[in-house]
Amino acid sequence: MRALGIVLAGGKSGRMGALVRNRATSALPVGSCYRAVDFPISNMTNSGMNKIAVITQYNSRSLHDHLSSPKWWDLGSKQGGLFVLSPYLSIDNSQWFRGTADSIYQNLTFLRRSKEPYVVISSGDCVYKMDYTDMIAYHERKGADITIGYRRVPDNEDITQYGVIEMDENDRITDLEEKPLEPQSDLASIGVYVIKRELLIEKIEEIVLEGRYDLVRDLFSRYRKVLKIYGYRFEGYWRNVGTVSSYFDCNMDFLSKEIRETFAPYTKTKPKDEPPAKYNANAKVVNALVGNGAILNGSAKNCVIFRKVFTGDGSVISDSIIMEGTRIGNNCVVEYAIIDKDVNLHDGVRVIGTAEKPAVITKGTEVSV
Amino acid sequence: MRKKEMIAMLLAGGQGSRLGILTSSNAKPAVPFGGKYRIIDFPMSNCVNSGVDTVGVVTQYQPLTLTQHIGIGTPWDLDRQVGGVTILSPHEKRAGGEWFAGTGDAIYQNLEFIEQNNPEYVLILGGDHIYKMDYAKMLAYHKKNDCDVSIAALTVPWEDASRFGVMNIHEDKRIYEFEEKPAQPKSNFINMGIYIFKWDVLRDALERDHKIHPDSDFGKHILPMLLQEGKRMFAYEFEGYWRDVGTIDSYWMANMDLIQTLPEFNLYEDFDKIYTDSANQPPMYTGLNAEIEGSLVSEGSEIIGKVYNSVLGTNVIVEEGAIVRDSIIMEECYIGKGTVIERCIIDKHTTIGENAKIGDGENIKNIHKPDLYDTGITVIGEFSIIPDNVTIGKNCVIFARTEPRDYENGRLESGQSIVKQVNEKGLRA
Repeated sequence: MRALGIVLAGGKSGRMGALVRNRATSALPVGSCYRAVDFPISNMTNSGMNKIAVITQYNSRSLHDHLSSPKWWDLGSKQGGLFVLSPYLSIDNSQWFRGTADSIYQNLTFLRRSKEPYVVISSGDCVYKMDYTDMIAYHERKGADITIGYRRVPDNEDITQYGVIEMDENDRITDLEEKPLEPQSDLASIGVYVIKRELLIEKIEEIVLEGRYDLVRDLFSRYRKVLKIYGYRFEGYWRNVGTVSSYFDCNMDFLSKEIRETFAPYTKTKPKDEPPAKYNANAKVVNALVGNGAILNGSAKNCVIFRKVFTGDGSVISDSIIMEGTRIGNNCVVEYAIIDKDVNLHDGVRVIGTAEKPAVITKGTEVSV
Repeated sequence: MRKKEMIAMLLAGGQGSRLGILTSSNAKPAVPFGGKYRIIDFPMSNCVNSGVDTVGVVTQYQPLTLTQHIGIGTPWDLDRQVGGVTILSPHEKRAGGEWFAGTGDAIYQNLEFIEQNNPEYVLILGGDHIYKMDYAKMLAYHKKNDCDVSIAALTVPWEDASRFGVMNIHEDKRIYEFEEKPAQPKSNFINMGIYIFKWDVLRDALERDHKIHPDSDFGKHILPMLLQEGKRMFAYEFEGYWRDVGTIDSYWMANMDLIQTLPEFNLYEDFDKIYTDSANQPPMYTGLNAEIEGSLVSEGSEIIGKVYNSVLGTNVIVEEGAIVRDSIIMEECYIGKGTVIERCIIDKHTTIGENAKIGDGENIKNIHKPDLYDTGITVIGEFSIIPDNVTIGKNCVIFARTEPRDYENGRLESGQSIVKQVNEKGLRA
């Protein structure tokens, strides 16, 4: 195997409020049966990589639960495997990960003991499908030290939330700025990097000893003139789920056949063996994704409904995301809402948001009239 | 030495010929049930839910889909270092090879497997019933009564008892007589085909019976022999949902039981879950003009048309304007635009064209197999193809890649069949 994978899944998105109160951003449920981290992990296994580390820190319980067995991604193997790396105490260290670079630094042994010449690093909270083999080939062709995946950001998307890059005519990156106030291009990093394993070890040690801990700012951006950093253009569907509205939109995108076929059956996830979705005699469900184990009585339109959701008679749900295990009683009205897991909406409750600002109901809450 | 208190031997080698075309290329335990499951998932899940972690699955008839489904036991957490699932197929011995000639013989020929696990008790199961049962409770009962053999028993309505193997029991549930399909049953206690044996009693009985009956069978030989010898044999009373799905009609009915608003057999509980190989199916989509009522729909399906009172497997596509009613559609089937399907069982990977009508006409028994297909249900075998615009009647059987010229005036009348000669690979080629 020519590359090992690192998925950066330790972060918390400060812009997600209650949705990340009990989970890492990378553990956010997507498309009625996936979690965000399934996408980079599946990209890696589908690219032939069999050694993958997922670095966790913030609210890691839900991620650890999801990744409790490697077999669903065919990573339960003697060669390679799935490594979930969390902060730990040792004689000379009692720190949380102080940044993305530090999270790799504190697990350098994992890199040192590996034999793969390349490392592919991906953020864990982006929904996209990519074959990293092509990117590694590009990396070699360019003689690059580091290759950063980027995409052109359409006008209707706010580019200032991303890392914006500038390149010369040879696609060498001349500037890289995180969340710029005045973006100088319409090209943004997609959070996917290729780097030689030995170079990564060397540079990470170097910057951490200087007290710098961030991969993008302290390595890629700071070293852009010293190292040969190239941009690799990614075309195709890509979404970061790190804001409430992008998370909402990403889920709604799965109502499109094109997006579903992009990711299935390519994307693997932990199965739960719930029975088939059950539509009772009064159910009126249209333009909806429905997870298994759901029991539907009311009406639902333009919805992404996860596993084991129950909807009661006379309930009217539209343009909403209903997460796993949530129960919606009789005669409820739900519009433009994200109802987190294991919520209980008692009979007659109304939850009304707007397309711009979906209402969010926190995981596990009881809501009555 | 390895020591297991109880291991299970699951008899999954039978054809189940009364399921007709549905078992033409699959063993009965591998026939899909309830959308995403296969029949064998029920006893397999019961085993793990009862703490039985060593299961020998005895296969013989058409084992490919069955062994692929079982794999190394991952869906049931039976991919274990010690124990787990082992597929036991007929094999050649020094003296030559032979098929399993009966249920007892199938166990007799695998005594070495049981020996290796060195159990105290052996649980014998069939792979053809739909039920949830805690075998650990049955084992406790077995031990409490110091049974040599305990047999799970179900109370059925008196008028049904004569269709089954009936057990006549004393007040303390000790069995004193077996009667096979008695005209005048003395009890309405029926044998469910689930046995716990003391291992030494089982081994001894199988070895002795093998010398008398090379086609050794539990119901016909082993149990009557042991009863005659005065062994302690007790009936273990089971209460709950149990269905034999051995005929087209009973198979269809048991599937339809699941779509009731409050079904008698509940798959949606968190405890005693039924596990299956459901890894990595995409989500299920309901289209903008779809109507789905009173139905089960599995992962990966795309319903653009209308589905009423039906059970759909994984990755089924029902196109715009199509109507599926009172039917069972198994995995990977495609139903073309405007097609109307009523009271059908459509097996896996079948493609149905546009504007076809299936299950339309008089209820005339199937001409070739009137005893199998007589309840109005039309059955279409796996990997079949039905062209556009044809009309197919009731009690029809199709197992073929049919073309328009197979249908006289575009029709297949009720009770007719189209079954084309297929090669060893079935219709896959």
